[in-house]
Formats: sequence, structure tokens, C-alpha cells
Amino acid sequence: MLMGLKRLFAFLTISAIAPQLFAQETAQKAEEGVERWGVNMTQGVTEVSRTTYDLHMLIFWICVAIGIVVFGVMFYSMWRHRKSKGYKAAQFHESTLVELAWTIVPTLILVGMAIPATKTLYDIYDTKEADLDIMITGYQWKWKYDYLGSDVSFFSNLSTPRAQIDNQQPKNENYLLEVDEPLVVPVNQKIRFLITANDVIHAWWVPDLAVKKDAIPGFVNESWTRIDEPGIYRGQCAELCGKDHGFMPIVVKAVPQDEYHSWLNDRAAAAAKIKELTNKTFTFDELYERGKKVYESTCAACHQVKGQGVPGAFPAIAGSRIATGAMDGHLSMVVNGSPNNPAMQAFGAQLSEVDLAAVITYQRNAFGNNMGDTVQPIDILNFKNK
Amino acid sequence: MAHGPKPGFTRWLYTTNHKDIGSMYLWFSFAMFLLGGCMALVIRAELFQPGLQIVQPEFFNQMTTMHGLIMVFGAVMPAFVGLANWMVPMMIGAPDMALPRMNNWSFWILPFAFAMLASTLFMEGGAPNFGWTFYAPLSTEYAPPSVTFFIFSIHIMGASSIMGAINIVATILNMRAPGMTLMKMPLFVWTWLITAYLLIAVMPVLAGVVTMMLMDIHFGTSFFSAAGGGDPVLFQHVFWFFGHPEVYIMILPAFGIVSAIIPTFARKPLFGYSSMVYATASIAFLSFIVWAHHMFTVGMPIAGELFFMYATMLIAVPTGVKVFNWVTTMFRGSMTFETPMLFSIAFVILFTLGGFSGLMLAIAPADFQYHDTYFVVAHFHYVLVPGAIFSITAGVYYWLPKWTGNMYNETMGKVHFWMAFVGLNVTFFPMHFVGLAGMPRRIPDYALQFADFNQIASVGAFLFGAAQIVFLFNVIRTVRGGRKATDEVWENPQGLEWTVPSPAPYHTFSTPPVVR
Repeated sequence: MLMGLKRLFAFLTISAIAPQLFAQETAQKAEEGVERWGVNMTQGVTEVSRTTYDLHMLIFWICVAIGIVVFGVMFYSMWRHRKSKGYKAAQFHESTLVELAWTIVPTLILVGMAIPATKTLYDIYDTKEADLDIMITGYQWKWKYDYLGSDVSFFSNLSTPRAQIDNQQPKNENYLLEVDEPLVVPVNQKIRFLITANDVIHAWWVPDLAVKKDAIPGFVNESWTRIDEPGIYRGQCAELCGKDHGFMPIVVKAVPQDEYHSWLNDRAAAAAKIKELTNKTFTFDELYERGKKVYESTCAACHQVKGQGVPGAFPAIAGSRIATGAMDGHLSMVVNGSPNNPAMQAFGAQLSEVDLAAVITYQRNAFGNNMGDTVQPIDILNFKNK
Repeated sequence: MAHGPKPGFTRWLYTTNHKDIGSMYLWFSFAMFLLGGCMALVIRAELFQPGLQIVQPEFFNQMTTMHGLIMVFGAVMPAFVGLANWMVPMMIGAPDMALPRMNNWSFWILPFAFAMLASTLFMEGGAPNFGWTFYAPLSTEYAPPSVTFFIFSIHIMGASSIMGAINIVATILNMRAPGMTLMKMPLFVWTWLITAYLLIAVMPVLAGVVTMMLMDIHFGTSFFSAAGGGDPVLFQHVFWFFGHPEVYIMILPAFGIVSAIIPTFARKPLFGYSSMVYATASIAFLSFIVWAHHMFTVGMPIAGELFFMYATMLIAVPTGVKVFNWVTTMFRGSMTFETPMLFSIAFVILFTLGGFSGLMLAIAPADFQYHDTYFVVAHFHYVLVPGAIFSITAGVYYWLPKWTGNMYNETMGKVHFWMAFVGLNVTFFPMHFVGLAGMPRRIPDYALQFADFNQIASVGAFLFGAAQIVFLFNVIRTVRGGRKATDEVWENPQGLEWTVPSPAPYHTFSTPPVVR
């Protein structure tokens, strides 16, 4: 009887929580590489991040010490000075000396904290004499990196598949903290970041570098870092910037200097190759295939994977007046952006001619639009030069 | 002439009685507290696990925005005004507020403001989704169409607050009983006097900033648009010039409430009355020169950064004085722990924790790591929930017997306290951890390493929410009946409000009392 009840209870419990258990199991598989239960700030991999950490711990321990004294007195009197223990209340209510003491002593402690904080701040603000300048531009909802003084420039998009976000696939180790193209930088070099934004305010933050700076349209902010060890450092946008604020991570890959230089050369060569492709004529299938990829990384955040849009916020592509209308109108919308709605950015400067041609072809033929026409990279170039 | 309230609904619609208006403010703010709380529960439910389960990011952003706006402007501020309406005239021996008709109006425009704000949830494009701080250009060029309704409702709320504040200043300065000199006023009256000046000073700034938004959106100006020669950072400066005093508007009256309750239950006079007054005044002054500590990462020149860092650190001094005074008041008292006292003690402890994290945030280089993370969320919820909400709750329990003539149920009060206390800490303490570990605020989904603490926080949030149901039940029961309260209610409490009968008659102090 007792066994039966136990079994019944066990069955009920399991059937009630089985879905969660399953979810937990898939999550756990992914979590093997995840450092759970983190409670403190990272010490990071730069001198500034370590100094910041030390400052944080210093003020933390000062607070703990003050807390022990204040709460100690408080709990002592709550314990001893109770009416239920027959304690008779004293009637004192003033003491200039005590009041002076607890005004002056905290002030001195604060001065003691302000000194190292000021020093660190001067250090952080010293952006002079950098070995390398990288321009960082925040877009809704991706980052663009320009390596100043070279031709290398690219966008960095979230690479976590949508299915993981929608809980249809198990989440991998770097869920929401992974990008298609990381920012590659050399170690032991002073890198100056010039930070701005294209639309709304974003903030570029990598905890391991202790760099957090707002990216503000129309302004260029400066920050710098010098990374000690090769590695991959992850961060996120830290200023609410609209719908996908939570989905624009930052990945910094720090590599030895020679590796960095060969990467930069490869990247420049690849960029040149893409440029050459402008003169090539593509088949419909080539454009459609490429366009699907571009659409999913660039357009789907607003217009959605199936082109249905979000009513009231982002128009649909499926059956839209523009995607099923004259080619010039469609080209203008994608290349120059919308004249009425700033959320529709000008992609002419963001995507290569090949990608623009591909994505426009895709939009005109996917989602049941079936226009049957294609546009070639050279057409885009001609449109831009018109 | 009739001396009692009119019967029926018109009593509430036409009333100019400070007690009626105070009650309406309190009920209204509690309704808003529940509404804003439900929105918080939507947020916490979505954040229970990584991945998107319940709401989509657009709606999530609407929830965080509306939660903030409703809690700040709908729950906390009207609750303090309600307490001021009830208590300030009774504490200074005045028959009513100085401007009773304006008092009626300043309350009655509020429900319309919030009905309009809440209606944006049902509009095309949804409610405001740019955070309660509504930074431009996200709130101007990129805002949903409902932003115009948001601007209008902020204007109405501002007008209501300014009228309320003017009324309180006029009452305190003109209607004190003979002998009630400024330095004999209860601290609640003092803190409200200073708060009212803060309100008069900064609510017009808020009105200004939303008007500039309105001009940018509809009339072609470019105050905040860089493309038109404007400055998005200007928005933040103007907003926080309002916003920082605003956070003290939400805490100074709390200091006053706690300074009334702790001496009563410690059976010992408040330690350092005059230093409390001076500390409040210094905090109010400093609140005007620290605003840019909310903006350490916008790229200010280092001189600005240093100025705002030092000024912010200075606030710790008068705030410390207050905490030390409360602790010393308790020291060698003869304490009992009724519900108002429990909430007040929790206020002192948890507000101090919030103060500690505030001090940490003041250190600009460290703030670069804390800024816009859950550490900040933990910080301001530690000062606002145990600060504003707990003190309001303590005040309600403390004065409820005076208002209704009945004692509340002490056991239920204690159950409410412990549920709220545990729920609050389980919700907000883990947020320090995830924030330090690198979780940004205002995100609908997060990386896996933050999953465990978020799950715990969500559980705590529902516990905290449940505690409020106990509170509501207890208050309703007390209004309807219960053990009769004596005129003094507590053991030898100080203040004129305890010299009138319980429940307080509809009109009190028609003849002013004499204060020695």
C-alpha cells in the first residue's frame, strides 16, 4: 500500500516536471562549458580591467566593514534592548561630538577612496599614442568595425540560430554571445576605439577589457585597451537600443601580432575579391541562395524570417507594394533607406553590390512574391552612380 | 452646515477634504502598484529561463518601460502625496490643506493621465518601449506612434505633482498651529517640505524635456537629433537634471516616516533631530549637482567625470548621518517589533545595502563595469522597494488605526512583512551577482551563465507579489472592522495626530491646538 502510494507520487511528480527535466537536460549538455553561479566582476585581461577590479573590491570591503559596525550595533540593540526583556529606555537624544565624528570619519574614508579612483580614471582617459585605430559603429542591431588605415571593414551579427532562441534546439555554450565575424585584434598593442552609432544610442561593452562606452549618433567617443593574452572575449550592447537590444553581442578575438597581420591581409584580399564579383553575372539560383543568407542575417530581425513583418512596427515583405512593384523603387528603398521611417536603414553602404543584388532578388521571389526577375550586382552599381 | 461627508459617489468626486483626498491617493497608488507589479511579473516570468517563452522582445520592452513609469509616477509618488494629505495637516495642527480645491483637482487628473498611459498598450505599434528614462533618439525618431500620448500623460502627471507640491508648501508654511516653530515640526513634515521644493524645481524640467521631444517628433525641430544639428546627450543631461532629484523625491518622505516610527517603538526620542533636518536639506541640495553620474559612459570630459564622482560620493555623508541616527535611536531603547517597526527596521538595513551599492556605483572607473547591468537594477530596487515601498507600508500600518479607528491584524501584518522581506531579497539580491558577472539590463533573453540566479530571482518576485495580496486583505479587513484602537494607538507616541480621537473625525483641529 505504502509502496503503491510512493510509486504513484513518484509518477505524478515525474509527469508534472518531465518537460522541465527534458529542457534541463538539453540545457545541461550545453552548459558544460558555461561557468555558472558567477557572483563577481571579472578581473579581465588588461591592466585597466585589473585596476578596476581592485578598486571594486576595495570599495566592496570598505562597505562590508562599515556594514558590520552599523548592523552589529543594530542587531545588538535589537537583541538586548527589548521591552520583552524588561529593558528600560534611556532618554538621550543628542551629542554634538558623536555627530561630528560620524560626519568627519566617513568624509575621510571617501577621500581615501577618491584618490585611487581618480588615478584610474586618468589612466582610462589617456587615449594618446595608439598603435591601431578601430572605428566601431552601432547599428540596430549589429556592430560595424572599420580598421582605419586599411580597407578592412565588416559587420558583426549575432550568429545564434533563431531556433535556439525559440527553444526548438538545445542552446549551445555561447548562446547569444556569438557572432558571425568577431573583432580580431593583436595582443600587446594599444588599440584605440573610436565609437559612434548610426541610428540610436548603443554602448560597446566587453567586461574582460573593462571598456564600456556609449555609441552616440553624431558623436565619436574614444576609448582604448591593451590586451595581455590571446583569447576570445565576449560582451554585449549595454544601452537599450530597441527591439533586439539583447541580441547584439560583441566578440573580440585577440591574437598574436603576426597572426593578426596575416588575418588583416587575408581580409583585405577577400574584400577585393568581393569587389571584383560586381562585374560577374550570376544565375537566378546563385542570387537566390546568397540572398537568403543575407536576408536572414540582415533583414529578418525586423521583417521576420518568413517576410511577414511585425504589424504596427515593421512592414511585411511578403506581398509588399515595394517588393512586388517596380525595380527602381525596391532598389531605392534598400540602397537609400526609407525617407519616412528611420528604422529602415540605407543598406547601400552596409552591404556589397553582390549581397544587395542577391537580397533584392531573394525578396522579389521568396515569400510567394514570385516576381521572376533578377537584379545583377552591376545594376546596383549603376543605380548607385545614377 | 453639514459636518460629515456627503453620501454617495459625489463625496469622492467633489471632496475638498484632505482625509478623503489622501485616501483616494493611497488607493489609487495601490492600484497602480498592483498594475506595475503585474508587469514586473511578466518580466520575471520571461526571464525565468533563457530563450523566449512568454513574450516577444517588443512587448518585453513595453513591459520594462511601463513598469518603471507606473511604479515611479503612479505608485510611489501618489502614495507619498496621499500620506502627506492625511498626515501633514494633522501633524501641524491645521484643519485642512491650504488649497483644498486644487487638492481635489491635482488628484482627479491623475486617473486620466494613467488611463491614457495604459491605453497605449492597445495602440498600433504598442506602448512606449524605450525604457522609463526614454533616451532620445530611441524615444523620438524611432518611437512608436503612442509616444505622443505618453508625452501628454507625463505633462498631466507633472501638473498634478506641481500642484500637490505647492499645496504642501503653502500648508506647512502658513497653517502651523501656534507654537509649532519650524524646528518643532515632525520630520515627516520637514522631509515633505523639502521634497515639495524639489518637485517644484524639477517637474517643470521634465515637462520641458518631453515638450522638446514633442517638438522634435511633430514640429520639425532637432533638439536631440544629431543629423539636424542637435545633441542626443543633451536629452540625458536635461532628463537626469530632473531624474536625480526625482529619486530623492521618492526617498526623502520615507526618511520622515521612519523617523516617526522608530522612536515610537524604541520608546526613546529620535536621536539628532536637528542633524536629521540638516542632513535632509544637504541631500536635497546635493541632488541637483550629481545628475551626470547616470551618464558616466557618455564620454564626458574627465573634469566633468571627476566633479560628478566627487559630488556623488559626498551624498554618502548626510545619508550616513541619517542611518547612524536611526541606529542610535534604537540603541538602548526599549523595543517592540510590531509590523510598522519591522518594516522600518528592514528599511534601515536594506536601504543601507542599497546605499552601499550606490557608493560603489559612484566610483566612476568601477561604474564603467557596473553601468547598465543588473547591478544597477539591484541597486535602485534596493533603495526603492525597501526604501519607498517599505516605508509607505510601514506608514500605512502605523497610521491605519488612526484613520480607521480599528487595529489591523498583527499576525497577518507579520506574515505580510516576512513574505515581502524574503521575497524582496530573493528577487533582488541575486541581481547583484548576475550584474557583476556581466548581464546587461533591459534584455528579454540572456546567456546561459546567468540562468541560475535569474530563476531564483523570478521565484522571489512571485513571493513578493503574493505578499501584497495579504497586505490588501489586511487593510480591507481593518477598514471594515476589528479591535477598536485607542486615541493614542501606540505606547506614548509623539505628535499632534495622536491627540485627536480614533478614527480621526472628518474635520480635525478646527480650533488650532497650542504647541508648547
